[in-house]
Amino acid sequence: MSAGMPAAPPVGRPARGPRPRPEPGDGPGLVLELDEVTKTYPSQPPVVALRGISFAVAEGELVAITGPSGSGKSTLLHLMGTLDRPTAGTVRVTGLDVAALSDRELSGLRAVSIGFVFQQFFLAEHATALDNVADALLYAGTGIAERRHQAVRALQRVGLGRKLAARPTQLSGGERQRVAIARAVAGRPAIVLADEPTGNLDSAAGAALLDLLEELNADGATIIVITHDHAIAARLPRRIAVLDGCIVSDTTTPALASPPASQIPPPAAGAGEDPVRRRGRPARRQEQP
Amino acid sequence: MTTARMPAPATLRPSDLARLAAVGLRTRKLRAALSALGIAIGVAAIVAVLGLSASSQNGLLTEIQALGTNLLTVQNGQDQGGGTAELPTAAPAMIGRLPGVTAVQDTGMVGVNAYRSPLIPAIHTNALTVDAASLALPAAVGTSIAQGAYLNAATAREPVAVLGAAAAAYLGIDRIWPGQRIWAGRMWFYVAGILKPDALVPGIDTSVLIGYPATEQYLGFDGHPSTIFVKAQDSQVNAVDNLLATQADPENPGQVQVSQPSSALTAQADAAGAFNGLFLGLGAVALLVGAIGVANIMIISVLERRSEIGLRRALGATKGHIRIQFLSETILLALLGGAAGVAAGTLATAIYAHAKGWATVIPLEAWAGGLAAALLIGTGAGLLPALKAARMPPTEALWSL
Repeated sequence: MSAGMPAAPPVGRPARGPRPRPEPGDGPGLVLELDEVTKTYPSQPPVVALRGISFAVAEGELVAITGPSGSGKSTLLHLMGTLDRPTAGTVRVTGLDVAALSDRELSGLRAVSIGFVFQQFFLAEHATALDNVADALLYAGTGIAERRHQAVRALQRVGLGRKLAARPTQLSGGERQRVAIARAVAGRPAIVLADEPTGNLDSAAGAALLDLLEELNADGATIIVITHDHAIAARLPRRIAVLDGCIVSDTTTPALASPPASQIPPPAAGAGEDPVRRRGRPARRQEQP
Repeated sequence: MTTARMPAPATLRPSDLARLAAVGLRTRKLRAALSALGIAIGVAAIVAVLGLSASSQNGLLTEIQALGTNLLTVQNGQDQGGGTAELPTAAPAMIGRLPGVTAVQDTGMVGVNAYRSPLIPAIHTNALTVDAASLALPAAVGTSIAQGAYLNAATAREPVAVLGAAAAAYLGIDRIWPGQRIWAGRMWFYVAGILKPDALVPGIDTSVLIGYPATEQYLGFDGHPSTIFVKAQDSQVNAVDNLLATQADPENPGQVQVSQPSSALTAQADAAGAFNGLFLGLGAVALLVGAIGVANIMIISVLERRSEIGLRRALGATKGHIRIQFLSETILLALLGGAAGVAAGTLATAIYAHAKGWATVIPLEAWAGGLAAALLIGTGAGLLPALKAARMPPTEALWSL
């Protein structure tokens, strides 16, 4: 597998099989590409949080990023979510180089292309579930009627169609996180970033939540879950392990019990343990917007 | 990948902005109300001060308008030796011949005191004066009879008196009954009537009025008038004013004082706003304190709402959106305070003006100025917190719990 060949299709790319949204003529679309990304926090002494990380996530993938506290996964989340910029290297979201975008454009990118799910949910307590979800589209220039319409759909999708008018205080932890997930997916973003989504839930609610994420992924959503919990990561088809700012492994499990079949790569040659960098390489040929 | 296209810049509709600003206040009602209170008090003070002085001025001017500004008075001044000069007895008749003069009435100070009865110690004069009065005096000086009857050609020759409003009160007489009498200059005078209070010539209120012939017959009065009340046509007031001194006493015009009673009321109306500056200053201090309170609350609010700010940035809000959200919230808060202040100030003015019988007048500069001040304060107080909120990095805002 010659990863260096520019014309070659993405090496180690999963999914030659049917995809929900195939990219005509150019193979599967990469929604997130990190290339030699380094992040240094300017303190005394400077703290290097990420050291030359490269990987890519294709449309429709369900990825777990694991690592212990301090491994750099939160920094990675900030960079993937365009909430922060790398010190060196490039981050591309839906093919756009984050470094080249202004604050307004980045905000627009977040409004349209990225959905966040937080460990603490961050729901407005005074607002109903419906309004919380509808707020996700506030900055995308969507009218209030359309926002509510999409919010209703998203809430129905996560199984809260009967609790549109409930306030977060009237919901259980699992339900709150479902509202947060509905908010993240309401605008059908290219990427959903979930930061320890099960961190504040008991194991049953956490498992149910993972089922939901898998269902959403089966529907075509690209989801990246950041977690320190290996049990959760083990359920997801692709796992990127981070330690001390470096990727130590990038594993794709061929077939799971209930696979979103289209997303799971066939057990290609040596697939179990792809070299870390291989996924990142193909991104280079897609720089040109 | 060929689909890389620039994202549309994040936008926030004005209607959504208004909703966001309102939600921020609605979810913290008590805090919003308390922090708006300072601004409300300041604006209320300003509106009430300006409203009250405008209403009282308006009341006085209305009164002046009703009484007329065409009354002139001629009084005896001082002679060259410093003593009291005397007006000629023919002065009223001579003034009556001036063109433009419509009425001439006069009173003459008799120089005796009036008492309820001869048993009252002589020193208790109540500062009442006994005046000889002509027969159509009340109409000329802007008053009328409250009870009983005024002097007429018959009663003017008899020991009969008519009391000014204050004189009647001092003498303890509140109604007229047959045989009602007072003691003046060593004899009884029967009380025929009581006058209404006189706004234009307050001196009449403390007078006991007796006909000229009676004063000459019973009290030894010399018949020289001391005050002549002249009514002139409105257009001729100034011309008459200029001629009055010479006409009243052609020999010694310098010993005659001519004045216009309504000018005293006009001066009073002008003086009604004299303390406005002071009270407006106090109102401004209240506003300033209110503004500091609002700024303080908003800064605390920004710190408290870090996660909301972070979430909004994650949802796609630009720094500008965060800035404008907090700024509009502060402006809305200040405007609500301002509106409450205008309402309270107007209410206070209306209540006071109603009690005083004035029309309620709230000058434009009072309520518009109050709202403008609130707007200005909201902008000023909200700027720093809004900048602080916008500058907060989203990563710090979200993960600093």
